Amino acid sequence: MSATNTNSALLTVLGVGHLVTGHRPWLRFVVTAETWNVLLAGLAKSRWSLLGLWGEPGMVHLAAHEFETGTPGIASLPCSAGEFPSVGRWHPPAQRLERAIADLVGLQPAAGPDLRPWLDHGCWPLRHPLGSPTAPAEALPPYPFLPTEGESLHQIPVGPVHAGIIEPGHFRFTANGEAVVRLEERLGYVHKGIESLLNGASLERAARLVGRVSGDSTVAYALAFARAVEAATETEIPARAHWLRALMAELERLANHCGDIGAICNDAAFALMLAHCAVLRERVLRASAACFGHRLLMDCVVPGGVTVDLPADGVPILRALLAEMRRAFPPLVELYDNTASLQDRAANTGTLNPTLVQQFGCGGVIGRAAGRAFDARREPGYPPYDQLEFEVPVRRESDVNARVWIRIREVEQSLALIEGILERLPSGPVHGALNQSGRLVEGMALVEGFRGDILVWLRLAADGTVARCHPRDPSWFQWPLLEAAIEGNIVADFPLCNKSFNCSYSGHDL
Amino acid sequence: MRKLLLQNGWRSPLTLPAPAPSESALTELGAKVDRAARRRLGRSLAIREVDAGSCNGCELEIHALNNAFYDLERFGFHFVASPRHADVLLVTGPVTVNMREALERTYAATPDPKWVVAVGDCGRNGGVFAGGYACVGGVAEVIPVDLHIPGCPPNPMQLLEGLLALLQVVR
Repeated sequence: MSATNTNSALLTVLGVGHLVTGHRPWLRFVVTAETWNVLLAGLAKSRWSLLGLWGEPGMVHLAAHEFETGTPGIASLPCSAGEFPSVGRWHPPAQRLERAIADLVGLQPAAGPDLRPWLDHGCWPLRHPLGSPTAPAEALPPYPFLPTEGESLHQIPVGPVHAGIIEPGHFRFTANGEAVVRLEERLGYVHKGIESLLNGASLERAARLVGRVSGDSTVAYALAFARAVEAATETEIPARAHWLRALMAELERLANHCGDIGAICNDAAFALMLAHCAVLRERVLRASAACFGHRLLMDCVVPGGVTVDLPADGVPILRALLAEMRRAFPPLVELYDNTASLQDRAANTGTLNPTLVQQFGCGGVIGRAAGRAFDARREPGYPPYDQLEFEVPVRRESDVNARVWIRIREVEQSLALIEGILERLPSGPVHGALNQSGRLVEGMALVEGFRGDILVWLRLAADGTVARCHPRDPSWFQWPLLEAAIEGNIVADFPLCNKSFNCSYSGHDL
Repeated sequence: MRKLLLQNGWRSPLTLPAPAPSESALTELGAKVDRAARRRLGRSLAIREVDAGSCNGCELEIHALNNAFYDLERFGFHFVASPRHADVLLVTGPVTVNMREALERTYAATPDPKWVVAVGDCGRNGGVFAGGYACVGGVAEVIPVDLHIPGCPPNPMQLLEGLLALLQVVR
């Protein structure tokens, strides 16, 4: 976790650049195009994986993470000519991110492999909202989907309004009979301009906004934001706050995994699992509301700590929840494991090439179901997980079944974690004042949500307001892989594959 | 599976008693529904949920309406897959500019008589997302809204109270 790890090849490459002071906890360097290209070559060779790529007027930032040393590092490239050497050209996971930069900031990826707009659908009253906003000169041409050629191919357009109670996005299937030949996603429908709303926001408002980037991960997002603010201002928060945050984060993971396990089985037409898992999910939400006053735990984690302490009856409520989960969950696992018709749908469906998972630095359940053991609670890690024992379950089959099993194992881990937290919860205050730096400071945090690693990078102005904040959802590196996972599967298995990924539209579209 | 089904056959149901319809919702709905429509629909209402840019928090709680605790279907409500089959559009989100056309088209595709329920603080006025270039801000800016159910997100009981008020007016 040391920010000054001398064994890090990534930091050796970055170290040629100019170190930016006031960036914590990891190092940020302003680099030249030459260093930038060395960095891209390292990405292409999988020496390090991409954590994030975002822009601001005149500059792009690239966060990378090195496998061996576990050290993240950030490179910033000034782009005086309004463009930067394309990252996506060498490293495909960056393509959508740099298309988003082109739409939002107006910086173009030079020689980029895909220059189509991504978040900008040509409906906004302005262009480049995060750069120098201009009125749109002319209407954008219709979005060109990638061509598919061959005999007997037909297309199925789906969305943005879907059949279920889910978020909007467009899927363009090309199929040969029942088999999917290509899926192309078209996202951006729920773009709310959150980064633009964050510019100049007070910390209080910013925490509310970041907590609503993706509602199902509100604790993880609020935690990532709070940790980035605390890193930037060099604030140490009370120990009890750390433990309560972890408690909330595990409750969130528990609720979402229960919901997902049920919903995946439901998409394999096995509604019984959904009915039972939905009851478990509801029990977690009710316990959360009873302990912290909000079913989804929104606005409970803030910079400086948490807003609510566990009430006197909180421990018995949560212990009762644990007991109920331990009673009700194992029979459901057995049911899942022993129902042949369900196994028939889930096993060997939506298989993802593990090499792609590594290349995309794909986190969360999808990554861990394909042998990528990354978990931000372990590495780079944050308190109190360094004092708690837990396993990071990993499988290698990389199909729908493996993704269900990882969720099952993570439910068990979360139950054990909650038990450990309740046993060792330190006493004391749950919120502390933030240090006032009185100057420009920057911070970054990486937090493991139920979906994967969430990155928040921010810059605070001297008056303590947010000058720039970029939240990066794990879905950025998962959505593209859904296109790969569905290839060769039948159209009817798409909902199953999609649900086993459960990517966030809102978190991705921002 | 047989064991699980049998065991649950012996247990008492989890489903909570029905809440009273929300007073504020009844007031808002007031005189908006004519008698002919009430006769035609009887006690059954088909709901099409439309996410017009929510953070997905509202969706989670709308989903919860289907679980055993709230069991929305006992009141005659059911979620349908197409606006063509719907009587009610349940709309969430601050209506992103990118979703505006899709929402308008969904509304146009819903046969009359129809009602629109805007869910959440975002659906009312854009909520925390109001004021940017990317959100229209409030469902009523785009299509006529009959009922607002506020909250961030409203919990299933609040959603149920609002929907029951709608049912009472329609019935």
